[in-house]
Amino acid sequence: MEVSSQEKVIATLQEKYGDEVLHVETPYNFLTVTLKKEKIVEIVRYFYDHQDLHYQYLTTLGGIHYPDLKQIAVFYQLHNLYTNQRIRLKIYLPEENPVTETITSVFAGANWMERETYDFYGVIFEGHPNLKRILNVEEMIMFPMRKEFPLEDQTRDDKNDSMFGR
Amino acid sequence: MQTVANTSGVAMGEKPPGIEGSGFFATSLEKVVGMARKNSIWPLPFATSCCGIEFMATMGAHYDLARFGSERLSFSPRQADLLMVMGTIAKKMGPVLRQVYEQMAEPRWVLSVGACACSGGIFDTYSVLQGIDRIIPVDVYVPGCPPRPEQIIDGVMKIQTLVENESLRRRDSAEYKAMLNKYGIE
Repeated sequence: MEVSSQEKVIATLQEKYGDEVLHVETPYNFLTVTLKKEKIVEIVRYFYDHQDLHYQYLTTLGGIHYPDLKQIAVFYQLHNLYTNQRIRLKIYLPEENPVTETITSVFAGANWMERETYDFYGVIFEGHPNLKRILNVEEMIMFPMRKEFPLEDQTRDDKNDSMFGR
Repeated sequence: MQTVANTSGVAMGEKPPGIEGSGFFATSLEKVVGMARKNSIWPLPFATSCCGIEFMATMGAHYDLARFGSERLSFSPRQADLLMVMGTIAKKMGPVLRQVYEQMAEPRWVLSVGACACSGGIFDTYSVLQGIDRIIPVDVYVPGCPPRPEQIIDGVMKIQTLVENESLRRRDSAEYKAMLNKYGIE
């Protein structure tokens, strides 16, 4: 995306939701806006309905765990298929109680992505029609992508750490 | 053991030891059943990943598992004798594999092909079953990542040896039932 058109998007956002924007950056030339968590659905809908922006395609949605910040981020990547421009919206939720509103009211396709984010990070999407595990076994009691859970299967007793340089 | 040769000179399999005379041949029923079972094992391929590709090579013309009487694959567990588990079994797949095993009729054997099926392999992670022997009993393990077709054939031949020499009463024994109970089956 060209710099000027990125600036235009930011200006459009600042105009209406200036108070919500916490941070703007462009890693790898990918416009990324960190927002306050409260109005995320409203902003996604605003982007969807806006006559110039046309962010009407949800590329993906997911979670990131930041153990040092004790926060879980949820990011939304939107695509403007008219001008082939992309944007990433990011919100931070507290680790001990990651709750946010579902965006299935805007993008029906967010259903499974939110289920996946719940499955791996434990993020609760309020108002989601069917928020249950999608990929892992239903009896699983942990959220495996959170850093406090070890990656390796804990049921194995035949592994000798010295064999793995530990 | 003697090899029975037909007129074309093709070896037809091995005759069990017994007493032979003109017009008769006497041996124990167990040996005859063992010979018959050994040379007509119907495998059920449960191929979930790359070891399954090696299995396809094993079934192909070059390696040709049909030479051992196993050319007839059974995609219904109810008719299969041998469950060949080839590939990574995710924990979510575990109950499916177990159900397939439970649907097989006795006598049944299990061949675990490849590092993943045997022990989880490189996938020491929360989502992968760390060896299928945690949910079903396994007769022969074939290591390798993936094993070559020769190794899979070797595993099948080891199964054949087990099949040939198994007592007809083994599946009724208390030990066998106790072993299945350990896996929570029946």
